[in-house]
Amino acid sequence: MAASIDRTMGRPAARRDGLRGWLFVAPAAVWVVAFFVLPLGIMGLYSLWQRVGGKLVTSSPSLDNYVAFFGRDYFLQALTNSLEVTALTTVISILLAYPLAYILAYQVPARWQRLALILAILPFWTSYVVRSYSWLLVLSEGGVISQALLFIGLTDDPISFANNRGATILGFVHFFTMLLTLTIFANLVQISPNYRRAAADLGASRLQIFLRITLPLSLPGIMVGAFLTFVLAIGDYVTPQILGGNRELLMPQTIMLQIQRRADFPMASAMSLVLMLIVSAVFLACARWLKMERV
Amino acid sequence: MRARLPVMLQLLPAASYLVLIYAFIFLPVAVLVLFSFQDGTLPVPPLRGLSLRWYEAVFSDARMMESLWNSIAVALLSSFLATLLGFLAAYGLARHRLRGAASLQWLLMAPLSVSYLIIGMGLLITFNSFGIPKSLTAIGIGHVVINLPLAFAIVYSQLGAHQANIERAARDLGAAEWQVLLLITVPLIWPALIAAFFLSVTLSWDEFIIALLVSRFEVTLPVEIWSMLRSGLNPQTNAVGTLVFAISMLLVVLVETLVLRRKRSG
Repeated sequence: MAASIDRTMGRPAARRDGLRGWLFVAPAAVWVVAFFVLPLGIMGLYSLWQRVGGKLVTSSPSLDNYVAFFGRDYFLQALTNSLEVTALTTVISILLAYPLAYILAYQVPARWQRLALILAILPFWTSYVVRSYSWLLVLSEGGVISQALLFIGLTDDPISFANNRGATILGFVHFFTMLLTLTIFANLVQISPNYRRAAADLGASRLQIFLRITLPLSLPGIMVGAFLTFVLAIGDYVTPQILGGNRELLMPQTIMLQIQRRADFPMASAMSLVLMLIVSAVFLACARWLKMERV
Repeated sequence: MRARLPVMLQLLPAASYLVLIYAFIFLPVAVLVLFSFQDGTLPVPPLRGLSLRWYEAVFSDARMMESLWNSIAVALLSSFLATLLGFLAAYGLARHRLRGAASLQWLLMAPLSVSYLIIGMGLLITFNSFGIPKSLTAIGIGHVVINLPLAFAIVYSQLGAHQANIERAARDLGAAEWQVLLLITVPLIWPALIAAFFLSVTLSWDEFIIALLVSRFEVTLPVEIWSMLRSGLNPQTNAVGTLVFAISMLLVVLVETLVLRRKRSG
């Protein structure tokens, strides 16, 4: 709040020579237009073209690629898989992260709090590509879990827990639990303890305090984290490719197949734009929660 | 007054949850680091003894070392450019009244809302249709696109009224615009600039999908590691993964001590 007051008070100091101001903004704006807006536009064009017999056909623009996408089971299945995996990931991550953030914010002694939080997100800094590989060391046939089960005699043959949807979700949940812990923790520590004290003085039980005070007030933190989880998970190629394998494809894998195997840029463009529209729709749906200053 | 034992019992669920969730969070990292020292050819149990041979393998792997330097160069250059462009744009928007300032801000923040995969695809198709070859430069261009919004947002949030008044004083005393910028604004907000720079370095250093899409012969480290993954489980991947982890941690500690420590004391 204080920051925003400062900002408006700073406005009179801003000067009116618009042209010179533009010169400062221009390099960044040109960069974003040239390497972000223009590419999206070109993708939009490509999505209307076709690839026929290894050649790009631009003479008859049509919505054929989109029709093919929504008409073929192969593509629709990828979209459904992606939505299901992302939704499950988001829900499970929230359920795991909330208690952790809560304990860190309210129950860990103040002098241990910072260390506990840093520890909780330490594996965040492992390499993105290596993170999924590390889970392979745990889940694969010769991996830690399989060996442990063999050792205690629960199984006679090594079992692989990788190459399926569960492994993809596990890899995602591991990463996004850390992310959500951060956003929820940041929210929880900013809720004034006076609300809880007032409720307790008025005779509310601990459960009532949680359900009617803490939980509603921490909703912005949950929503910001959930949105980030959704956006990052639905566009991720690495985790499903390494942990999920090729039996069940998600959207990013299908898009990459169009590019790498078939060099079908028009189809890949159409699919990417569909994915982008879904993310935008989700953004608009929870936009009112996503104003960071409310966290 | 509650007795002491019930308090302990009350804390028990929280403590057990902490133990379980920390175990879950650290399990893959612990396995990764532990088996990077494996004295055998498979990075899974049983541990056959400790050795540094896989680290030696990493350092004597010419392709991997080359991709390491490529990664460092791309990260430093693209982050410098992202921070510079972000800073100039933030200065322009915070200190001048521009028509369409709101839409400009929206434009600069827009890349944040799109998946890296789609940004990379767009660049790939664009470079392809203009006949621009795949290269490290192309990766760098993509990394500036993803880091510019963050650099802009960080610097913009730090350009408050306090600095504006000092800048105005300098102008009243006859300083030219570039003098104000270099001698007043930059020294005043350098923690924000450093934070933006290091955040960009961290993200660029670890970025994979754009680098995979727009590069061919010269690649960055994540792409090189990716091609190593095709050969299956390999302790050398553990070793290089552990090294990357260590370097990333070093960056974080650096930011923590350089920027945050100073802010708290100042």
